[in-house]
Amino acid sequence: MTTREIPKDPLNLVITGVGGQGNVLISLVVGRALVNAGYFVTIGETYGASQRGGPVMSHVRVSRHTQYSPFIPDGCADIILGMEPAETLRMLSRYGNPNVVTIINPRPIYSIDVTGGQASYPELDELMSAIKRLSAKVWVINATEEAQKMGSAMFANSFLIGALVAVRILPLDNESIEPVLKETFPREIDVNILAFRRGMELVRLG
Amino acid sequence: MPTITTDAPGTNQLLIGNEAIARGALEAGIGFAAAYPGTPSSEIIGTLAQVAKDMGIYVEWSVNEIVALEAAAGASFAGIRALAAMKQNGVNVACDFLANLVMSGIGRAGLVLVVCDDPSAISSSNEQDTRYVAKWLDIPLVEPGDFQEAKEMTKWLFDLSEELGTICLLRSVTRIAHARGNVKLGELPKITRKAYFDQIQDIRNPMPTKYIPVPSPVRHFFQHARLNRAREKFESAPFNRYVGPPSPDLLIVTCGSCWLYSLDAVRALQLEDRVGILKLGTLWPLPEKVLEENLARARKILFVEEIDPFIEQSVMEFVAGAPFLDRLPVFYGKRSGHVNAYGELNPDMVIKAISNILELTYQPRPLEYTSEAESFRKSHVPERSMTFCPGCPHRATFWAIKNALKLDGRGGFVTGDIGCYSMAIGPAGFLQVRTMHCMGAGVGIANGLGKLDQFGFEQPVLAVVGDSTFYHAAIPALINGIYNRSNFVLVILDNSATAMTGFQPHPGTGMTAMGESTNVVSMEALCQALGARVQVCDPFDLKSATATLLEMMAEDGGPKVVIMRRECELVRSKKEAAPYKVYVDQEKCIGECCGCDRLCTRVFLCPGLIWDRKSGKAKIDDVICAGCGVCADICPRGAIIKEAR
Repeated sequence: MTTREIPKDPLNLVITGVGGQGNVLISLVVGRALVNAGYFVTIGETYGASQRGGPVMSHVRVSRHTQYSPFIPDGCADIILGMEPAETLRMLSRYGNPNVVTIINPRPIYSIDVTGGQASYPELDELMSAIKRLSAKVWVINATEEAQKMGSAMFANSFLIGALVAVRILPLDNESIEPVLKETFPREIDVNILAFRRGMELVRLG
Repeated sequence: MPTITTDAPGTNQLLIGNEAIARGALEAGIGFAAAYPGTPSSEIIGTLAQVAKDMGIYVEWSVNEIVALEAAAGASFAGIRALAAMKQNGVNVACDFLANLVMSGIGRAGLVLVVCDDPSAISSSNEQDTRYVAKWLDIPLVEPGDFQEAKEMTKWLFDLSEELGTICLLRSVTRIAHARGNVKLGELPKITRKAYFDQIQDIRNPMPTKYIPVPSPVRHFFQHARLNRAREKFESAPFNRYVGPPSPDLLIVTCGSCWLYSLDAVRALQLEDRVGILKLGTLWPLPEKVLEENLARARKILFVEEIDPFIEQSVMEFVAGAPFLDRLPVFYGKRSGHVNAYGELNPDMVIKAISNILELTYQPRPLEYTSEAESFRKSHVPERSMTFCPGCPHRATFWAIKNALKLDGRGGFVTGDIGCYSMAIGPAGFLQVRTMHCMGAGVGIANGLGKLDQFGFEQPVLAVVGDSTFYHAAIPALINGIYNRSNFVLVILDNSATAMTGFQPHPGTGMTAMGESTNVVSMEALCQALGARVQVCDPFDLKSATATLLEMMAEDGGPKVVIMRRECELVRSKKEAAPYKVYVDQEKCIGECCGCDRLCTRVFLCPGLIWDRKSGKAKIDDVICAGCGVCADICPRGAIIKEAR
């Protein structure tokens, strides 16, 4: 299968959030679409124990030529997709670089360290300006808020997949993603497709 | 969803290593698979169980690892190819049988044991290196270096096992087992299987039947001969390979996921023409000719492997005993301190080791960026500790335990083991659990503590186990306690699933791995039959759960059993809506002015409850709250309201 050129080989995507938000599902949808399109994809995930409220990340590595390891080396991410702002900054600080593009859902989820008073969660605007400072470009997608309007915060995942496709760094489009969304969410497919398209729209509107 | 039964040879699928192993087993024509769940191995049997009926195979969750392996051996003895899977700790449980099985040999059909190790103990209590079990017990051992190989090796290993007549071991690690990558599918065989246990014995042969491993020294001798035949096969196996220039400045010798890290590291440093990599896939016995051919390439050799120095030590041993090199190379690795002798590795650690040896500098991003990023992380990124899920019954159970121990006032404490409930070693479970070792260990330890009254020991002991752990490992310890009249309370946290590893069914659930309904082994009936006093509680009824614990702690005369029964929230929420709408009445909550000292957010620590800095009051995060309503019962002001939905 011939594959389209990609801006860099390998392309390194970090997906981050809090256990339970749906990290693994996003990486699975994106990964399957890319394998169907003929690319080598490696996904490394922290889950298992981290299902339960801890920080989670998925590393998705895309190549036209070979199977890369499931870990992106420090400082080598091309895109960071953040489902939670403080976790996004945690990942940027380790994997970011002056060229990284960040997509962020700005809805905070407080950890038990914060609610318990052992740690403090920064003001959102401070957090966002740090994220902007460390990124070449930031796309803010109010995915949780938009998803709640559609009935459940869980649709935020499809919103973010839409945004990820629309920033046009990964070799993906509607035609490659929507069939995989259908396989992955057979029961709530209509609303997920809608959320996915709206996510794309939000990026186009800038 | 594409499944591992896709009958489309040559097409690519994105599979986790465990699914690739399951697919390899199907391509090898297995008929039987058994396991006890354990991260990172669980998806092998989980995946096979889902497709078992379609594929005409039998798959079970066994009560523990030794039974899983024994059951799989039974199938092999009757001519059915069989696989057993487990995590590293499971091998300890299975080892007694394994050591004997190696001496007896297997049946007509291949038998493969898959063990997934967990470097850095990401979901484990320790990071044992199973490769030494192969060396210790004389078992042929392979380890896949990527996802495709995970499938190919599994298939290949069944043929090898059958040809040699011995169990073979496939070791994997978390970053292969739980990572995803491309796997090109092969053919699924169409076969009919007939199981038959062959009892024919030659009367002229004085040896007992095949499956009785005596005389042991003779069997041991035979096993060494099998290992030598395995070595011959390994020399030409497609899983050992060298990439790099003919005579590199540095030769990396590696295996498993470290093969991918080494490739990444060499590419990142752009050293493809200076550094070679010898990737070993067959690890025990060592493929000596492959080593002989490749070790002579370089004067500097770096071993890159996770956890223990298995290859490093084995290769050094080989080199010392077979002086084929005119001059010894310089060896780098764990012994030299270039690679950690603990924990998992990653590409950066390999980059660092290579850079040290070749005296290079590596800088993936500008230093100013790194220092700014570091300072933002320190100032702007709060800790995020693991916790019980919102709505988890364990949070309520440990709340009841905490209060009961306090009310009892004799310095009582909890012994525990591994499972979701291990989180009670930390703030999530109010720091209640004081010991954590292997499955069931808390009950065994309680047995000893409960017999110390003659030495003035007066503290009550609560031993906690999960429901699946109870069946797996706690029953002999409970029998011991009843027999020896040891004083402790066994608290079974029955959430009706093996939750930590992915909600697998167990003997108490009435459901098999293949989704059929079956007999329920009732834990209360079992404990009563053993002679223990048993009480069943709902942990969400905090008052009665606390009172029951107190009452049981006050009694002498042998073990008592309290079953805290409430379904895992992650299982419940898939079936039905949240029972309550929960909110904080902003009038009633008086925040810091209340004498409770923020009991709900500071102590109870459910992630669904947050502290609103602006109003200085508690609040529910609707996105997170599971609607269990337990927090309504802990608020002294009655400010947390639960309304039935």
